[in-house]
Amino acid sequence: MDLYRAHVLVCGGTGCSSSGSAQLIERFEEQLKEKGLEKEVKVIRTGCFGLCEAGPVVIVYPEGTFYSRVKVEDVDEIVSEHLLKGRKVQHLVYVDHKTHESSIQKSLKEIGFYKQQQRVALRNCGVIDPENIDEYIAFDGYRALAKALTEMTPEQVIKEILDSGLRGRGGAGFPTGKKWQFAAASKAEHKYFVCNADEGDPGAFMDRSLLEGDPHAIVEAMAIGGYAIGADEGWVYVRAEYPIAVQRLQRAIDQAHEYGLLGKNIFGTDFNFDIHIRLGAGAFVCGEETALMASIEGMRGEPRPKPPFPAVKGLFESPTNINNVETLGNVAQIILKGADWFRSIGTERSTGTKVFALGGKINNTGLVEIPMGTPLRTIIEDIGGGIPNGKKFKAVQTGGPSGGCIPASLLDIPVEYDTLTSVGAMMGSGGMIVLDEDNCMVDIARFFLDFTVDESCGKCTPCRIGTRRMLEILERIVNGKGEEGDIEKLENLAENIKATALCGLGQTAPNPVLSTIKFFRDEYEAHIKEKRCPAHHCQALLNYVITDKCKGCTACARACPVGAITGTVKEQHKIDIQKCIKCGTCMTKCKFGAIIKD
Amino acid sequence: MPDNKEKYAQLQESIAKHKGERGAVMPVLQEAQGIFGYVPEDVQQMIADGLGVTLAEVYGVATFYAQFSLEPKGKNVIGVCLGTACYVKGSQKIMDKLSEELQIEVGRTTKDGLFTLNATRCLGACGLAPVMMINDEVYGRLTPDQVPAILDKYRA
Repeated sequence: MDLYRAHVLVCGGTGCSSSGSAQLIERFEEQLKEKGLEKEVKVIRTGCFGLCEAGPVVIVYPEGTFYSRVKVEDVDEIVSEHLLKGRKVQHLVYVDHKTHESSIQKSLKEIGFYKQQQRVALRNCGVIDPENIDEYIAFDGYRALAKALTEMTPEQVIKEILDSGLRGRGGAGFPTGKKWQFAAASKAEHKYFVCNADEGDPGAFMDRSLLEGDPHAIVEAMAIGGYAIGADEGWVYVRAEYPIAVQRLQRAIDQAHEYGLLGKNIFGTDFNFDIHIRLGAGAFVCGEETALMASIEGMRGEPRPKPPFPAVKGLFESPTNINNVETLGNVAQIILKGADWFRSIGTERSTGTKVFALGGKINNTGLVEIPMGTPLRTIIEDIGGGIPNGKKFKAVQTGGPSGGCIPASLLDIPVEYDTLTSVGAMMGSGGMIVLDEDNCMVDIARFFLDFTVDESCGKCTPCRIGTRRMLEILERIVNGKGEEGDIEKLENLAENIKATALCGLGQTAPNPVLSTIKFFRDEYEAHIKEKRCPAHHCQALLNYVITDKCKGCTACARACPVGAITGTVKEQHKIDIQKCIKCGTCMTKCKFGAIIKD
Repeated sequence: MPDNKEKYAQLQESIAKHKGERGAVMPVLQEAQGIFGYVPEDVQQMIADGLGVTLAEVYGVATFYAQFSLEPKGKNVIGVCLGTACYVKGSQKIMDKLSEELQIEVGRTTKDGLFTLNATRCLGACGLAPVMMINDEVYGRLTPDQVPAILDKYRA
């Protein structure tokens, strides 16, 4: 094996790829060659580092220097200064948002964003080359599969997972070991082990990052699971919108075959296992397990009533176990390090870690993995680096379209399954969208309902018609046409839909509405009774006003598309609110900050 | 661009490849969508005949999933992410600006056939919010005033 004195790790995750990391790699390789360093320095395209905000990200080892927002034209400098002369390039080094401190003297692990994280599922993301099986093996890859197949019985594997307390990371939090137990107990000639990679929650992208950054971990976990429940065939159902993930997963499967880690008689035992990939086609409901199986079978992705549960009658009518990507990301580690180790992380009823996708109004957007039980405040303020532009924190939305909003007063709660559910939110798949004072909570509820109405498969009435009625009410509220009694109507509909919808999509669809009513009822009331949007967000409910900061430059009057602004040069202008269409153009044109929303 | 005859030949190849496979309708439709850019009725009929299922079944699947389009799309397909992270960071304003610039509503194609404007679900690039995609290119950290210049690149 070739040895190198330095490694340049370039993030090849979706976020960084979108901002040109492939061109960076090309340039690095060119430059290293030009300087004759190609035998001393190796460039590796890794999976996601997590801190997407700073992308494209480049890390130089052995120092662990963290370069952020690197442009192609910066590459020459990193090569000629850092890699040739050993001088770090100060102006490209990541600067902490909160402390304004340069990370030049620090390695990756000492940076605020990473310090409080603990990486179990994401352990290899941003560390290894995901397209190279040897790198995965060098990091203990496939050792857990070897251990399971050669030293453990299927029952022992299941017991280890059961004892670890691992719960489903896809949303509902069902104990993984129990699921495996049920599937193992079903007697059948043929069983299936399915990986649910239909990551549909808006704002959640951990499954994507895991598949892109460490695809072998999923292949290995599926083989272990297949052995445990007695399945010889695996399916991964993955979104077609994730082309990089699909391609790397396919490559991982092919490489595993080449190495004899998939296929017949794995590790010389009589265990056979193979994995197929099936692409989704853009239907959110297919994240629901019965809908997902219908989709793999090539049909419309409509859910069906349970029981029978998949463990009894699943894919192609055979017993089937379905786990989410992140859940599987923990499996090999549990087998290797044991249930006790896993239990030592997190809390009593929520063991291990959870990956969250931090997004919205937060400085450090990206992926974070924290031990369960970490206070929400630590995630938002320390890891997330707080709210940008000096704005005030209003709420954090967790659990996507099935979840709820957690207000500032509850920021000190620990993040674990049961606590989140008890405050009307939920763990969900791990999307965490931070909202600031400019976000209207009624509009956020409307946004999620709009999503579920669009994604409802239409099979059951409560979801198909009920969510539409809720959306109509929310739409009239944000448009200033809300009526007395609307809040109660929403609550009533919500309860009925929750109680009667066929699948998880419908049953949880009202949650965003209920939780915003619970914590932000005053905002609903302001919209309905005072025809006012406290966040100054809802266009129909706000007026643009020119204050005395106006210098009379006439820029706004010239820009107004409907001629609603009048005034003479060098004198304060005025907006005719009858004519104004509230497009906001004047506000963006004003150089003096004289136009405000009221 | 392959001509029509070639496209139908490609479709037949795809059908032959997946025939007999369980759940073949989805992958064949996906390939057809890739070959033709949409799945008109004659293509659906061909898939139904080729795989030995009814046209109703193929049509049912084609209309259920957002990925399949029954009508041709524009030369450039724009997808504005309306996922939560992008939405709270103002992707609706990006959408409005595109709609204004192209003079079309969401889901429509411009008269010259150059652009189709779609709203998409989360693209998983939340770190770059707000985000849009034109064909395979991702544009992140957008502001409405960047929109005209980006569109011009595709008009040239």
